[in-house]
This record gives sequence, C-alpha cells and structure tokens, in this order.
Amino acid sequence: MQKVFERTPSIKECHTHYCPGCGHGIVHRLVAETIDELGIHDRTIGIAPVGCAVLAYNYMDVDMVEVPHGRAPAVATGIKRVLPGNIVFSYQGDGDLASIGAAEILHATHRAENLTVIFVNNAVYGMTGGQMAPTTLNDQVTSTSPQGRTVKHDGYPLQVSEILAVLPGSIYIERCSVYNPAQVRKTKKAIQKAFQLQIDGAEGLSLVEVLSPCPTYWRKSPVQAMKWIEQEMTKVFPLGCIKDTTL
Amino acid sequence: MSEKILMCGNEALSEAAIIAGVDAYFGYPITPQNEVPAYMARRMPQEGRVFLQSESELAAINMVFGAAAAGKLAMTSSSSPGISLMQEGISYMCAAQMPAVVVNVMRGGPGLGNISPSQGDYFQATRGGGHGDYRTIVLAPGSVQEMADLTHKAFELADLYRIVVMVLADGLLGQMMEPITLDHLKPIKTKAKPWALTGAKGRKQNIIKTLLLQGNELEVLNLKLQEVYRQIGDEQTRYDTYQVEDADIILVAYGITSKITRAAVSKARQKGIKAGWVRPITLWPFPSKVLTELAKEPRIFLAVEMSNGQMVEDVRLAVGGGGPVLFYGRAGGAVPTVDEVLEHIEKIMLPEVMKKA
Amino acid sequence: MTEQDYYEEIIIAGFGGQGIIMLGKLLANAAMIDGLEVTYFPSYGAEVRGGTANCMVVISNEPIASPLVTSFDSVIVLNKASCERFSPRLKPGGLLLYNSSKIGSVIPPVDAEVLAIPSDDIAVELGSPRSTNMVAIGAYLQKRGVIPLETAVKCLEKVLAKRHHKTIPINEKALYKGAEFAKGLLAGQTVK
Repeated sequence: MQKVFERTPSIKECHTHYCPGCGHGIVHRLVAETIDELGIHDRTIGIAPVGCAVLAYNYMDVDMVEVPHGRAPAVATGIKRVLPGNIVFSYQGDGDLASIGAAEILHATHRAENLTVIFVNNAVYGMTGGQMAPTTLNDQVTSTSPQGRTVKHDGYPLQVSEILAVLPGSIYIERCSVYNPAQVRKTKKAIQKAFQLQIDGAEGLSLVEVLSPCPTYWRKSPVQAMKWIEQEMTKVFPLGCIKDTTL
Repeated sequence: MSEKILMCGNEALSEAAIIAGVDAYFGYPITPQNEVPAYMARRMPQEGRVFLQSESELAAINMVFGAAAAGKLAMTSSSSPGISLMQEGISYMCAAQMPAVVVNVMRGGPGLGNISPSQGDYFQATRGGGHGDYRTIVLAPGSVQEMADLTHKAFELADLYRIVVMVLADGLLGQMMEPITLDHLKPIKTKAKPWALTGAKGRKQNIIKTLLLQGNELEVLNLKLQEVYRQIGDEQTRYDTYQVEDADIILVAYGITSKITRAAVSKARQKGIKAGWVRPITLWPFPSKVLTELAKEPRIFLAVEMSNGQMVEDVRLAVGGGGPVLFYGRAGGAVPTVDEVLEHIEKIMLPEVMKKA
Repeated sequence: MTEQDYYEEIIIAGFGGQGIIMLGKLLANAAMIDGLEVTYFPSYGAEVRGGTANCMVVISNEPIASPLVTSFDSVIVLNKASCERFSPRLKPGGLLLYNSSKIGSVIPPVDAEVLAIPSDDIAVELGSPRSTNMVAIGAYLQKRGVIPLETAVKCLEKVLAKRHHKTIPINEKALYKGAEFAKGLLAGQTVK
C-alpha cells in the first residue's frame, strides 16, 4: 500500500492539550513540515508564547524557549542578534501579539528584524477562559463581553497585520486561514515563504497571520467554527497577501 | 605598573563588562545611566559584539533573556523606574536559571522621582524584586574602581551559578570620575552551556521554560533554586570592615554612603569616639555573620543609607537582640555629608561616653 | 606636593559652551597624574538645560569621601549667574577666581582671596576667544601651586576630542598666559 501522509519528524508523536476542533494542531504541523522540508531543523529556534500555545515545545521538536506574555519578538531579537546564522521564529496568539505584546511586535518589525512570526488569531483568549481579545469581533460574546462586544464600550477589532504592513521593516505579511483544505495549503505556502525569506537573509520581518478556530470559547461545534471564520471573521480580517516586497 | 585612567562609574562598568566578555548589551535610555548605552553603542561594534537600543525596558530585559538562552553573556542597565519594568523578565530568567547581569544606577523615587542619587531600591533588589520565590545576587560597588571590578565579578558569578546578578549603584557612582585601573581585569572563563538554544543539531531538543504544571515539579525547581542560593550564601558573601575590633559604635553602609561614613568614622576616631565600620559588598547574600559576631560585644549599630531605612532591617535581623540598631538616612535624592554623619555619631556617643565616665 | 594633609573642594561653573566640563576633567586628570586622589562630578540632567554648566572637583592626598560638595575651597566662575550662585558657598579663607571680563567687581560674603582674571579679554588678545577656560585654569594653577602647569598641559591631549587636537598649542599658550597674569596680580598683592 502506498503511504500518502506521515508525521513530519519535527512534530512529536504525542497527544496535545488542545481542545477538539482547535486550529493550533494544524498550524503546528504546517510549521514543523516547513522546518523539515527546508532542512533547517538543526538550526531553528522557536519561541512559545503565553496563551494556549505555551506548550508548543511539547509538540514541536526543535529548540524552544517559553517567554513572558507578549515578549516573544523581544526574546527573538535577542537570540537572532547573537546567533544570526540560526532561524528564529515566534509563535504567538492574538492576546499575546495584538494586546500585551503590541509594542514588542511593532518594534521588532520597525527594526526590520530578520525574523519569522506565526500569528494565530482566534479572536479570543483561550487559555484564561474565553475573555475578549483586541481581535474579538463586534457583537461577539466572550466572558468579558457577555452582551457582545460593542464599539461604544470596547472599540474596534484590531487589525495588527495591516498596521505592521505600513512599516518599512516588514517585508512579507499574509493573512491565511485553516477553515478548509485549500486554505490550509495556502497557509502552508505562506509559512514556507516566511521562513524562506529569513533563510535568504532578507532584511525585514515576515509574518503569517492564521485565522484559527476556537470552538470551545466561540460556543460552536468544530464545523460551525470553521464556517464562522469563513463567513464572519474574514469580513473583518480579509484573507490574502497584505504586503510582499519580494514581488 | 598599571596605568591609571580617569573614568566615570558608568563608563568604567561598561568597559569592565567588555573586558569580562559580554556578548550583547540591550538597554533603553534613562538618567543617570545614559553613559552606559552611549559607551556600549560605540565600543561593542568595535569588538564585533551586539549593542541594541530597545523600545522599552520590558523589551531590553527580554532581549537579554533571548541572548542568555542562546548561551551568550548578556547585560542591560537602567535606573530605578526602568528596573521596575524589568522585574517581570528577571523573575522569568531566575526561574529559567539564565545567567545575566543587570545594572541599576539608582535615582530618587518613588514614582518618576528625580535624577539624583538614591539607595531606595534596596528592598526591590535584595528580595528578588519580581514575583515568586527567587533571589538575585546583588553587588554594591563603593567606588568607581569597584563599578568596574564588581561588574566584572558579576559576569563571573552569573555564569558560575546560572543566576541574574544585579550591580546596585547610584547616580553619584555612575556620574563621578575617579582614577582607576582596568589592567588587572581579564576575560572570564565561562562554563559549558549544554542547555543553550543553538539549534538541535546532533542532540535532543533543548527547552527553556518556566511553566511547570505537572505534580510537584515546580516545588522541585524551587528547592533546587534554594540550594543554589544556600551555596551562594556560603561561597560568595562579601564585606569590608574598618576599625571594628574595639569599636563602641559600628556604622553599616554600602555604596557611595559607605565612603561617606568611613570618612565620618575616621573623624569620630580623631575626636576620641571608638567608631568602626562595616560595608556589605554583597547586599544579597547579606553579610549577617560578621554583624552577629560583632554584636556579641556591647555595641551600638548605626545604619546609614540614602533611603528611609531599608538595609537597616537586615542589620536588625543580623544583630538580633545583640545591641541597639539605629538609623540615619537621607532620601529623595539627598546625599548625607561626612559632617552630618559625624554629628549623628556624636549625638549618640557623647551621652554614652559621659555615662561611662 | 607636600606631605601634609591636603584637601581642596573646587567648583567650576559658567555658561554651557565655555568649556567648563573640559576644564574640570583637565584639572582632575592633572591631579591624577600628579599622584593625588581626585574625584570629578558633573552637573547633569535637567540642570544642564538652563544654559549653565558646573562640575565639582575634589583633590586630596587622602582617599576622598564624597565627590558631592556643598561648600567650596575654590570657586572658579566664568559668568555672572554662576558667580552669584556659588560665591556665597565659599569657605572662609577660600579662593574666588572669576572672569572679570564678564563679571563686575565681586565682594565675597566671607573672608576669601579674590582673583579677578579678565580671561575673555586675554583669550581674545591671543586670537582664541574660546580659550577663556584655559586662561582661568592657568591662573588657578599658578595661584594654588599644587599641580605644575606642565602637568595640566600634558593632559590637554587626553581631555580634548581628537578633532580639537589642533587647538592644543593655542590652549597651552592661553594657560601659560593666565598663569602669567595671576603671577603679576599676586606679585602686586605682595608689594601692597
């Protein structure tokens, strides 16, 4: 029988702590496959955030450090500056990157750090129990916006990728999703490109934002969650390449 | 003979760090330590090493975290308000046992305070400073020469014990110039770092983390840290004394205040008052034993600080019921003068001398 | 330098741009080379914004307790504001050396020696108006007689940025000119 799919070596053979229907597992796999396909396993250093992906080092088999909430781009900067020959990526959620770590990602981009950022946006704080994030959609119910988020009270969902794209220090920013196989393949391509640019020594930061489901705190079934990304989330966070200076 | 050069404390500590072998400096501007990043910005690239101005102190300490995790010698410097911002990162680094050097050139507080010298961060420095049950080694230079020597030592200790070492100075020591020598300082011998993140080439994945959820693994880490702290207490406690043997009153002071009090002790001796002096060089571990020993004879202890009384609590703990522990301090950026301290000694001791007569 | 105790607390003050900081560093370096203990402490931060600059130098043959000084054995001032600010803090028997090209006659509040040096005028005569600080330090060194003039001259190379090294000869000249002027004044005093 022909083998059509197998676990890539940089993903460990284990169960994850992620909820059923969570998108992190898919994104982890895409990152690990990319690392293996590009042959950079031996020199890759990953940074785990605070948030649901805090235990990413338990699933991805590369050197990793777990850092204070939001500070991944600063730690990544420290590593990359002393080890310029290594490939350094941060893996961050929307609370981590868009809220508490807004300054760090903004300035790592502004400094044109040669880093790769995987930004998993699920519009909610998962690890702490489903609170409102800066990326939470209007009318979305969370434990800290029980009547649904309103502009009057909490302002607008924050589009970090668009903000970062304005800065000359970003060289490649693409927003993808994992709501169907075609989108997963697009996401993989984007992640590959974001790593390849770092390998090539391109001067600037690459970021792939992945709209990812959180069925648990969206109070939806996994299938409904995927649909909600396609129908609702992409209205506020349109998919596609936001910036590519290499074209 | 080694050549003397005139240097300010901030530059002296910077050059000493370079000699020790610091691979990377990250920092954010704040007075009165701006000479450090300015010096590093010029010198580090000359040495082919990393200098980077960060967007905040939060970022600076986390850049240090990154460089340390990569197995490199890294440092940052700041002053009181900036050091407060760094406490998060210091806690994480101590949990992860990352070696690094943090320099605090203290200024007047609380709040934005002023830019005058102060010793108001003693509690913060010696009690860990951030959240959780940890310590940092705290070295207190008492001269520009020691700004260099103890910063150099800080790298040695950080690397040896895998711990964050704080050099606790003040605006006066940072800004003042004195003749110093650097010839005796050499690059430190660093330990192998099999734990460092360098890419998992030919070995298993390295993980540096501080989240420990399983069973009692966090307690195990805590006990391991405490064991390191006990070892540091045994091996690295440092202090200096002056004319303590026959002293009726012993002044205890660190940093720039120790210089001032030492002069006051000399003047008191000239006036027939048997004064002595103990200078803690490591504020953590605090040199309790020497004070406990001295307190076995009937003596008065006088702690002098540029604060409203912080180190004096450690003096009280060390002295126990051994004798009265008094305090004299100036705060908010004020610096005690030799005459002020002398006057204070006289106020305490003249009635004592009278009583004895 | 004699073997007896020597302890001198000095403030040097003037406008920003008058070379005050450089002067302090020159004096401190010269003291160091002369084998003395010395500390130097600059005014900094918000204080330097007002257009005035000052620095404190302590010279001694004993270890120095504190670089921060509240009253002075010597006050060297190059502008009026600094003179008004610091001359009241002279110690009895101290020395007030001022730039008489910018400051009218000064009566110090305590019994002190006064040296009025027209340092701007002397510097202008030499064709180097910026060397007014050198004239003042020359006069000061001559008066105190603690550190040789040649030692101070040797230190010019150290305290001047490389790009200013071409000014060393004229600065040296200004320093000696200031010393000469002070010598004349002091001789006059003796006669009187």
